[in-house]
Amino acid sequence: MEETNRRMLRARDAMDRAYAQPLDVPALARIAHVSESHFTRTFRATFGETPHRYLQRRRVERAMFLLRETGRSVTDICFEVGFGSTGTFSRTFRDIVGRSPREYRKEAEAANVPTCFTMAWTRPHA
Amino acid sequence: MFNAITHSQIYVLDQDEALDFYVGKLGLEVNSDIDMGFMRWLTVQVPGHPERQVLLEKPGPPSMSEETARQVRELVTKGATGGTLILSTDDCRKTYETLLGRGVEFTEEPTERPYGIDCGLRDPFGNHLRFTQPKA
Repeated sequence: MEETNRRMLRARDAMDRAYAQPLDVPALARIAHVSESHFTRTFRATFGETPHRYLQRRRVERAMFLLRETGRSVTDICFEVGFGSTGTFSRTFRDIVGRSPREYRKEAEAANVPTCFTMAWTRPHA
Repeated sequence: MFNAITHSQIYVLDQDEALDFYVGKLGLEVNSDIDMGFMRWLTVQVPGHPERQVLLEKPGPPSMSEETARQVRELVTKGATGGTLILSTDDCRKTYETLLGRGVEFTEEPTERPYGIDCGLRDPFGNHLRFTQPKA
């Protein structure tokens, strides 16, 4: 169990690093030392959500950061964090955050704390 | 009232492996390594800074039941123990290269932040560490 957790964590860390890339289940399964067919199931059993959902929340968390801390356009940010279309981005963002990216930007304040905490605590809930 | 934080603690799954990592790879030094019978009191420190020690504690009986220890080990290996330690350095990128060469598992490369340059890594068990080169 602990070995499996540690390997799944290594795969999740890899997703955190490559969040703007498409979800690469074969590569992640290799990192986690499980078969492709087991990867999604094992990830869900370990972390309580699918890899796809985790990646969406990671991307939205990065988008929230860029909306807060930069003046870049919503469209730029959408592609920067790995979404393929502004429609999917807006829908996913609203679904997870409860507000549109523009509404979020208006209301958000910049947070100046160590990044690991910002990353973990501003990652919106599943 | 208080004037310092002198000790903090993190859970490790194996104290010998923890020593290899925290001392052998990260370059911390042992402050105390004492067999107390009921536990191995193992603390490390940044070289030259005994005023701040980190206890590398192995979860298990009699401090906690085997069942609770199993839960702790699960949390550690899932990375659910949070940001365990944040260290500081004079040169984040150079330290990163050195540790990378020693096989340290990084979660994040050195990145410019509002507070300086920092990066993230994991110990062999799943604990998350960072080190920061504070903004001059």
